[in-house]
Amino acid sequence: MDALPKWADIVLIPLVNLALALAVSALVIAYIGENPVEALTLMISGSVGSAYGWGYTLYYATNFVFTGLAVAVAFHARLFNIGGEGQALLGGLGVTLACLYIPWPHWTLALVGASVGGALFGAAWAAIPAWLQARRGSHIVITTIMFNFIASALMVYLLVNVLKVPGSMAPETARFPEATHLPSAFDWGAWMGFTKSAPLNVAFFLALACAFGVWVLIWRTKLGYEIRAFGQSEPAAVYAGISPTRIIMVAMLISGGLAGLMAVNAVQGEAERLVIDSVQGAGFVGIAVALMGRSHPVGVVLAALLFGILYQGGAELEFSMPAISREMVVVIQALVILFTGALDNMVRTPLERLFLRRRRRAA
Amino acid sequence: MDFATLVQVLDSTLRLATPLLFACLAGLFSEKSGILDIGLEGKMLAAAFFAAATAAVTGSAWIGLAAGCAASLVLAALHGLASITFRGNQLISGVAINFLAAGITVLMGQNWFGLGGRTPQLEGAARFQNIELPFAQALSPVPVIGPLYSQVLSGHTILVYLGLLAVPATWYLLFRTRFGLRLRAVGENPAAVDTAGVSVTGLRYGGVAICGLLCGLSGAYLSTGLAAGFVKDMSAGRGFIALAALIFAKWRPWYALGACLLFGLLEALGNRFQSIQVLGVTVPTQFMQALPYILTVVILAGFVGKAIPPRAGGEPYVKER
Repeated sequence: MDALPKWADIVLIPLVNLALALAVSALVIAYIGENPVEALTLMISGSVGSAYGWGYTLYYATNFVFTGLAVAVAFHARLFNIGGEGQALLGGLGVTLACLYIPWPHWTLALVGASVGGALFGAAWAAIPAWLQARRGSHIVITTIMFNFIASALMVYLLVNVLKVPGSMAPETARFPEATHLPSAFDWGAWMGFTKSAPLNVAFFLALACAFGVWVLIWRTKLGYEIRAFGQSEPAAVYAGISPTRIIMVAMLISGGLAGLMAVNAVQGEAERLVIDSVQGAGFVGIAVALMGRSHPVGVVLAALLFGILYQGGAELEFSMPAISREMVVVIQALVILFTGALDNMVRTPLERLFLRRRRRAA
Repeated sequence: MDFATLVQVLDSTLRLATPLLFACLAGLFSEKSGILDIGLEGKMLAAAFFAAATAAVTGSAWIGLAAGCAASLVLAALHGLASITFRGNQLISGVAINFLAAGITVLMGQNWFGLGGRTPQLEGAARFQNIELPFAQALSPVPVIGPLYSQVLSGHTILVYLGLLAVPATWYLLFRTRFGLRLRAVGENPAAVDTAGVSVTGLRYGGVAICGLLCGLSGAYLSTGLAAGFVKDMSAGRGFIALAALIFAKWRPWYALGACLLFGLLEALGNRFQSIQVLGVTVPTQFMQALPYILTVVILAGFVGKAIPPRAGGEPYVKER
């Protein structure tokens, strides 16, 4: 019998961890000389207090659902994919090529084409570290980090030398043709109060569909079973006839593909052209999102929403309290990873004791 | 490449290899004790910031160095707490430390100095000054050996020489002392060390603390020796490259020196030759800048022979009850 009831494992512990992370963040804010309660109020009202705020919050959350799912799928195979940042950058390249060089008649077809492009390029970028891990035993954490650096150098090269609009100084591509523009929240949700400025677009629904797809894959298919079995115990999986190489490759390709899909939201949906650093750290946020969400799609969506609130709230906070720069969000993100990922036992062990004692008394 | 250029490249090789070398030896101590540490990068960055910030305020590079080491030790203690005491995932703890350092350095820098996360430019005694080795002037007219001695070996900050001395010191500590033997044992078979009545926890905290101290030296050198002040994300992946160098060196101190010099040479070449022609094709700048990262991947791919890490690395030790 488990020491903890299920609700405590999936609800109570993440909430306690989150509370600890926020408490330490409050100390940091207090040290800077601002009022933490006031800062929190500003963040919440700035992110979910208006339709304007929601338009940004859900846009950020969409990015984080993609990158969070990417990390989560790899986690199920006990692979730590820190390369979401680079895979999403390359996904941006795939989306851009699909949007710029294929004359799409309608945005629905462009969405499909760009998704395929983004996922393929993201997966390809994850394939090399995956193969090196599977066949050469090189540590996937370090290789994926190196691939982030290589990806950003590659994108700078391509944008400066190849994809730049001739005669323009800015290292960015031409705007995508009108037919590839995705309907924004204003187009389908004006009745909810979304304005023209809202970056939220239909990629949000693609993200939710991906979350459902990942749930089906992991818990309802043979492949998902094999991935989880491999993650639980490699020797047992090998004994059951599961090929480690195949699982590592497949899990990482799916992971990279999901990270690449982020570009549909950020590059095709929002920027409508490819710029330098189109990912802006969302690949790294995915790590915190997957840990916080316990690698379950529902948890990932909720955690992504939380980080969407943090990002949009953080931007508002920087506007109202200039003493707090946007790196505050990176600090909060680090503390969430620390408390939910690494210091998990600090909360879990005392809680387990507490529940055991209560149960013994009840018996 | 003429001889004068070669001397210049070798000179900056030694400079650029030093932060890698400190970080690589730091990783060596941690990993030999069975604690994986991908938070080298974060510890370097935190040390670089606190060293530069303290040096800027006090005007002393030495007080800055102490502050940098202290900051790095605090993060090392956090890593120890997460991975030794609470038996958490060591990779995740390292990732968290990297983000924490990336955020807190800019946040504090903006709060203290208001320069967008940079520290003020360091001058005079707030920076480590270059030291002239004995007879450098006298020997410099001697052909070949003269320039190599007076321009490559001489004229660095004291931290560069400290880094070179740290290599034999590490070798001695790990392979010729009782502490070193126990540290290596705890990374291979902690249960055996425990059975012998030696504290696994104590030894691992020891390894992690030495790691923190060396990362502190590495970071302080970055901001107060190599550069003149802190800029955002100045460690630029050096912590990860140091880990790759450690694997390349197969966890041996002298080979670590060689590996770090190789990575230093690559970086020096990338800085010196922004674009070079190879067989009539111009190699782009971005490729030269990405070269250390690409080489890291190639080395990790094991095209250099099999590297066997300490056996208990990454696994928390659970005492039997």
